[in-house]
Amino acid sequence: MYGLAVDLYDWLLFLHVISAFIAVGALTALWGLILATRGATPLLDERSAMTYGRTAGILVGVGMMGAIIFGIWLAIDVDAYQLWDGWILASLVLWAIGGWAGGKAGRAFESDPVAGREAGIRFQTINSVAVLLILILMIWKPGA
Amino acid sequence: MPELLAAIRPDSVNLPLMIHVLGAMLLVGTLLAVTLVTVLGWRSPESAPGLSRYALKTLVLGVLPAYILMRIGAQWTEVEQDYPDDFEPGWLGIGYITADIGALLILISLILGAIGLRKLRAGGTGGVRFARIVGVICIVLLAAYIVAVWAMTAKPT
Repeated sequence: MYGLAVDLYDWLLFLHVISAFIAVGALTALWGLILATRGATPLLDERSAMTYGRTAGILVGVGMMGAIIFGIWLAIDVDAYQLWDGWILASLVLWAIGGWAGGKAGRAFESDPVAGREAGIRFQTINSVAVLLILILMIWKPGA
Repeated sequence: MPELLAAIRPDSVNLPLMIHVLGAMLLVGTLLAVTLVTVLGWRSPESAPGLSRYALKTLVLGVLPAYILMRIGAQWTEVEQDYPDDFEPGWLGIGYITADIGALLILISLILGAIGLRKLRAGGTGGVRFARIVGVICIVLLAAYIVAVWAMTAKPT
């Protein structure tokens, strides 16, 4: 029978990864929203789309904050990694770029869902690419 | 020993692991999308038909491909890890159980979704009911996959 013994490192890793799942999951849901609101007859009405977008946007923020807090904690806790390792520094820079772009995307969609759509999609793309590059760095850990 | 085996990761595992993790993240994201519109549909019944169509289309075009990506990545990762035959840790078992039950629930959802979409296209309100059932299944799946993420990362002994 399985036991359920886990230590601090395991919990930190879980919280770091689940935060990343929340961020990427909510980003995916936002892309779904972008697809569902295109064209002359969108699937979602404006009120539903705004509520959906705000909820998913908050989840992206919560996920990104959790990922960075528990990620830094992990880097401090694990002797094999240092905050100044190249792949960790690159991830921090990408996280900052992604967070900036995510905030701009949210404001663009919020201020005017129609006129701000193009800019919103542009910033959402920057955020998504940054997050994807972080995921690649987290798995390959170049130089580690 | 199982923890040590799981911690050792040859470079050849990175690509399949990336596919597995990315697929799992997309799966969580698409399930989250269905969950969000299901809850929105409960709160504003007048928007329910459009939200239901979105939920059911997301199931077919999002949840199913993401699940396949996640599952292919998982199997490929296990092959590349080349674990011994007697390597059966609890976390891997939890992963298989949630994946297999998930496959069954996604299949049931797809059948219900197809019926629901047909009813919505015909103009009836019955499709909304089917979309809500699918939404509840997706909420259950989302909870199960959070447990799976915990098992895959914390690797309980």
